[in-house]
Amino acid sequence: MDFLRPETLAEALELKAARPDAVPIAGGTDVMVELNFDHRRPAALLDLTRIPELREWSDGLRIGSGVPYVRIIDELGAQLPGLAMASRTVGSPQIRNRGTVGGNLGAASPAGDTHPVLLASDAVIEVASVRGTRMIPADEFYVGVKRNALEPDELIVAVHLAPAKGPQQFSKVGTRNAMVIAVCSFAISLFPEENRAGAAVGSAAPTPRRAVDAEEFLASTLDFASPKPLLDSVKREFGELVSRAASPIDDVRGSAAYRKHALAVMARRTLGWAWQELLGQKNGGGEHACA
Amino acid sequence: MTLTPAELTSAVSGGIGTSPQRPDGNLKVRGEFAYASDLWHEDMIWGATLRSPHPYARIVSVDLTEALKVPGVYAVLTHSDVPGRNQYGLEHKDQPVLAVDVVRYQGEPVALVGADHPETALRAMKKIVVAYDVLEPVVDMETAADSAPLHPGGNLVRHVPIRRGAQDLQADVVVSGRYEVGMQDQAFLGPESGLAVPAADGSVDLYIATQWLHVDRAQVASALGLPEEKVRLTLSGVGGAFGGREDLSMQVHACLLALHTGKPVKMVYNREESFYGHVHRHPAVLYYEHGADHTGKLVYVKARIYLDGGAYASSTPAVVANAATLGVGPYEVDNVTIDCYGLYTNNPPCGAMRGFGAVQAGFAYESQMDKLADALGMSPVDVRVRNAMTEGSVMPTGQVVDSAAPVAQLLKLVQDKPLPAGTSSDIRELPGGVSNTTHGEGVVRGVGYAVGIKNICFSEGYDDYSTARVRVSMVNGSLAAAVHTAACEVGQGLVTIMQQIVRTELGIERVTVLPMDTTIGNGGSTSASRQTYVTGGAVKAACAAVRSRLDGRVDIGSEVIDETVEWRHRATEALDPVTGQGNAHVQYGFAAHRAVVDVDVELGLVRVVALDCAQDVGRALNPQAVVGQIQGGSAQGLGLAVMEEIQTSGGKVRNPSFTDYLIPTVLDMPPMSIDVLELADPHAPYGIRGVGEPPTISSTPAIVAAIRAATGLALTRVPVRPEHLTGT
Ligand SMILES: Cc1cc2nc3c(=O)[nH]c(=O)nc-3n(C[C@H](O)[C@H](O)[C@H](O)COP(=O)(O)OP(=O)(O)OC[C@H]3O[C@@H](n4cnc5c(N)ncnc54)[C@H](O)[C@@H]3O)c2cc1C
Repeated sequence: MDFLRPETLAEALELKAARPDAVPIAGGTDVMVELNFDHRRPAALLDLTRIPELREWSDGLRIGSGVPYVRIIDELGAQLPGLAMASRTVGSPQIRNRGTVGGNLGAASPAGDTHPVLLASDAVIEVASVRGTRMIPADEFYVGVKRNALEPDELIVAVHLAPAKGPQQFSKVGTRNAMVIAVCSFAISLFPEENRAGAAVGSAAPTPRRAVDAEEFLASTLDFASPKPLLDSVKREFGELVSRAASPIDDVRGSAAYRKHALAVMARRTLGWAWQELLGQKNGGGEHACA
Repeated sequence: MTLTPAELTSAVSGGIGTSPQRPDGNLKVRGEFAYASDLWHEDMIWGATLRSPHPYARIVSVDLTEALKVPGVYAVLTHSDVPGRNQYGLEHKDQPVLAVDVVRYQGEPVALVGADHPETALRAMKKIVVAYDVLEPVVDMETAADSAPLHPGGNLVRHVPIRRGAQDLQADVVVSGRYEVGMQDQAFLGPESGLAVPAADGSVDLYIATQWLHVDRAQVASALGLPEEKVRLTLSGVGGAFGGREDLSMQVHACLLALHTGKPVKMVYNREESFYGHVHRHPAVLYYEHGADHTGKLVYVKARIYLDGGAYASSTPAVVANAATLGVGPYEVDNVTIDCYGLYTNNPPCGAMRGFGAVQAGFAYESQMDKLADALGMSPVDVRVRNAMTEGSVMPTGQVVDSAAPVAQLLKLVQDKPLPAGTSSDIRELPGGVSNTTHGEGVVRGVGYAVGIKNICFSEGYDDYSTARVRVSMVNGSLAAAVHTAACEVGQGLVTIMQQIVRTELGIERVTVLPMDTTIGNGGSTSASRQTYVTGGAVKAACAAVRSRLDGRVDIGSEVIDETVEWRHRATEALDPVTGQGNAHVQYGFAAHRAVVDVDVELGLVRVVALDCAQDVGRALNPQAVVGQIQGGSAQGLGLAVMEEIQTSGGKVRNPSFTDYLIPTVLDMPPMSIDVLELADPHAPYGIRGVGEPPTISSTPAIVAAIRAATGLALTRVPVRPEHLTGT
């Protein structure tokens, strides 16, 4: 196995073009597991950890694909609360020190924790090759079970994600209180100025996916400009629509019926918390999300 | 600083009753401890095991041609290369070293490869062509006895009946239930590993992570067709055991390859292979009926218990005896009818795991006690105290409990502990934790109690002994001692305990523990909570022999005092095969738990908020180690209560990884408040009572009782899953 260690992005793209079979490795928290389990035997590994550009974030926000979770939590928690919440649930401290959003996107597991947040928050994935750069909306990035929209010569360079314009929440069910792969997960981002919200489910369909009907329901039902306390019936209907957006399976981690049920509960609750926070902001009360 | 005369003459430090630092602690925390998987030998080759993908199949043919052609391959072996007896087993020799014409479980070893590199071995393994004729597996323990026989004698491994008192009684209040226990795994962190080194005279040395060197040796020698003295075993670094290393894994395989190739052979399982490479805890189905009078006094208990032993017997017979004899729990009941069955199926083989039959029964009888309390309108503690056994109580086997049995006291101790503060508002302390599933919505608190009983040491007339050698000589002008046994240190702290005993008995501070190996007599198994009792007893006895030769001297010149002693606990009896009566057990251990849980009743997620415990240990030789055992045993019980299960489907394992076989993390296990009682058992060395297993038994039912209290659900199966709590 060849171990390729480019120092710059340009060099990495050259290498990837020349060796499309080379498997990129960032934190390695997915790749090394696959190698250890002998699920994958790449002819070459393309180490991305030496490329400074991938490990930086800049205002806007443009987050290098190689920024580890621990830095997203510490440095971007205020601007990207949803992504920080999801990052906090990934694995253990060791995994959060190494693992990256780029790696989560590269693996494109339906259970990856950042995906629902990226979908609900209108993230755009910047990918590049020697042929140029593409900006792929998160919506179009996940194309199948563990498959993404990358061409064989492309690398994920960054995630573009505007600082939160309103309250955001992420919630994930697992059968243990830490270090657990999602049985199912849910993210919501409010865009009060646009009078709408983004909502997406994880680990409940072949790919992470937006709950479009649920989003439309909120846009048509709620008044984001002068919010009133939420009706229970709205929360319930929203939960139902989120649950209907999913097409889960029965597997060792949980039943399809449970996933649908849990998504409805998480959707109801997270909408409640986000809305409560919005009410607090609008009423100038500095009120907190916690019920 | 000057010492007072009393201090100057007091015993050396680090004796019994203190908690000297264990030698492996820091090394393990820093990742520097040498485990069996770190073994290395100049010139060694690597062994790999081809396993059956099917739970049940006839082997039509095995073609090794292509595998043998792979460059770097030294040997590819099948059952025809086993020079001795191709059958082994702890109690019944029913398990082939390598499958002959049938495989009875998914993962059963079929062929071995020895090659210059693990990678080469894997490649060659993939070139072995085995043609299988797949058969319909037997997977249901309740009907297994009447299914097509998997072994010549049929599918019933053992039936233990208990008949005591009147068999057909009426009672004021009757509660009954059917309970299920899923298949738990020991989930030790160090996978199976060993190194076999052949010698010129046809003998072999095996460095191995195991729980019982001598029984391994007997089985290896028999399979190799060698006299036992030609098979030498040395214990290597063991990364946890919990019963999962009582049976052979690669012991014979590595030696076979080594003798066949003339090269040292190393074998290490990876995590997935480890799940196929050791036995698990028996899943169980248990039917119970309890009758009580209106005061809550038990009139009778009837039970029918099925334990799924899987494809081979392993220690199923002894597990069946435990579930039967301990089947009513730590309660006085005059009239008992129990039938306990261990079955063969095509599920993964099951055998020893911490608690050993008492865990399965414990979940059922404690669930019943709660049900009874409910039916009587009594509190769970009161109904237990009303029936609690004490010293002098009679077991369902007729055996009189002849040392402390402080069951009521243990329950009251946990009941009287302060309750934790109300449900937290910090999400890290709520069900789901930072997964942010609730900010308090749907969270209901529940409290539950349980108490359990476990037999300590080997039972039913087994000649259970240990051998210890203590040698004393002068080193740099003062006395120094060395202690040698074949009793396995698997992480429980035996090395430290033996040093403490020698220090106390001989007043010698410098005590070396020699490597554990088969150059000394049998140390018995590191199981049944018995090593401190039995090997501790042997070391104490050897010290007594040394002490009488020392005769008070502090300078023995060039003399070496060297004493070896074989020590056994008092004898036990077989159970009557019809009535199940007999003094079958040596000692009983008891622990009680109170669990406090927060349940998110809408999402079915559980957080155990408190899991407090009281246990009688007779005498705490090493208080810190005692508390460690109670914490660990309780955590393992928590795992069984809410997450740990090997899921099978048609005999196939669905989750052979730590990604999907979940064990509790530090964020799942609450800090514990622990009361340790020291009510000496006059029959045991220092009065000690085995510690390791009792807390595993009561932890699970206490947690489930608390979840029931929070949800009002019946919850008859462990582990409790979110689906059970949400009806989805
Ligand atoms: C113990 C453990 C616990 C875990 N828990 C969780 C969890 O709770 N939630 C969760 O979502 N995940 C979890 N994971 C999975 C993993 O940590 C995450 O998916 C993480 O985001 C991967 O990031 P990485 O940088 O380590 O990726 P790597 O392993 O380096 O790469 C992952 C994939 O992405 C590709 N890739 C990486 N970078 C790029 C790039 N710039 N361009 C193109 N392709 C790229 C790689 O080729 C590979 O296919 C866990 C893993 C482990 C081992």
